[in-house]
Amino acid sequence: MITKRIIPCLDVKDGRVVKGVNFLGLADVSSPVKLAKFYSECGADELVFYDITASAEGRALFTDILTEVAKTIFIPLTVGGGINTLADFDRVLKCGADKVSVNSGAIRNPSLIEEAAKRYGNQCVVISADVKRVDGQFRVFAKGGREDTGMEAISWIKHCVDSGAGEVVVNSIDTDGVKGGFDIELLKRVCDTVNVPVIASGGAGNMQHFIDLFYEIPEMSAGLAASVFHFGEIQINDLKRKMRDSGITVRL
Amino acid sequence: MIAIIDYGVGNLFSLRSSLDMIGAECVVTSDPVLIRSADKILLPGVGAFEDAKRKLSESGLDKVIVDEVRAGKKILGICLGMQMLFERSYEYGEHEGLSLLLGSVVAMENKIPKELKIPHIGWNTLSVKGEHPIFKYTNDGDYVYFVHSYYASGCEDSLLATTDYGIQMTAAVAKGNIAGMQFHPEKSGEAGLNILRAFAEW
Repeated sequence: MITKRIIPCLDVKDGRVVKGVNFLGLADVSSPVKLAKFYSECGADELVFYDITASAEGRALFTDILTEVAKTIFIPLTVGGGINTLADFDRVLKCGADKVSVNSGAIRNPSLIEEAAKRYGNQCVVISADVKRVDGQFRVFAKGGREDTGMEAISWIKHCVDSGAGEVVVNSIDTDGVKGGFDIELLKRVCDTVNVPVIASGGAGNMQHFIDLFYEIPEMSAGLAASVFHFGEIQINDLKRKMRDSGITVRL
Repeated sequence: MIAIIDYGVGNLFSLRSSLDMIGAECVVTSDPVLIRSADKILLPGVGAFEDAKRKLSESGLDKVIVDEVRAGKKILGICLGMQMLFERSYEYGEHEGLSLLLGSVVAMENKIPKELKIPHIGWNTLSVKGEHPIFKYTNDGDYVYFVHSYYASGCEDSLLATTDYGIQMTAAVAKGNIAGMQFHPEKSGEAGLNILRAFAEW
């Protein structure tokens, strides 16, 4: 049976992982390559690298790191951040990315998803949406969650999937950073609307939150988190064992 | 030496890196002379069947591959590269494959339970059905990484492993000098590297 995936997300700026990282026995905690290897050995099912660099130098460093990771770690790698054109797809795919996650780029350029899916296949294109409740409506936010686009989120996500996105990452701004659990209401709406795999993001604070997620929404494909893994609050192998003990199918 | 066929489809970086990792000598190439002189062929592929098959035919590499494999050279097809080994695919119409194996490639849509998402993306278990040198380090129940919306059907005579995605779906095939994996061994961690190692030693 298909397993539920656990995915750590690494935000990379100027060649280093940002957000405090706190691991026992890991000397260089902000090295993306070492952290990626550590997560892979702990049973991470996939890795997401998010490039939050603004400068050209930082961007070049990011692709160097990606190349280094892809040479040593043989699990799926998704890359996001600053993906606005097909040339950006090309740049990260050549360095070993398997999937490319688009967010603001798809909002700015409505044909990006369709063109990318046509060239690289649907499996390569991930739509990542930052969603927040505004006036009783789910709205899509752009620019790292800072700007309200005014667009209704569920229909936007559906539109992206119809255009060729093969997977959806839903990040709830309302639950992100709160550590009170995933945004079940929002995620369920998305899962009921699209027929491609959906990855939940935003709100994981403890292991039970992941178990609740897959219990409440059995068709959810994966859970993604950053700081709870980086700070060592949740060890991925412990989490997966606990999930298995709760009757959730995982890769162990 | 393993010739990884480069016909302008998909990302060969990880495949190459994984073979480097296990110490297998390989070359990424579209040169018929190199392909003919190689010990083994690795046929990768992602994206749409029609597009990939057309690129393979336009470059004339389809004939090179078929000639070499019919003459006994070992081949491993991965994902769409595996699907192309069959007689035909029904992905957006009907398209001819390389016909090195019996069977055809069909859509998951309407064949699997409604609640299951398409594409089939993620780690799933192998249920091993037969024996073959390419699985010499592989165990029943190993987890491997899948990404696909179509699968091989009617290939009972070469079926090596299935995976459970609502139905028993073809995961690996092998017959004589021909092998194919629907999943991505280059993305399947240690279990995947074991298959590539077995291929290199085969």
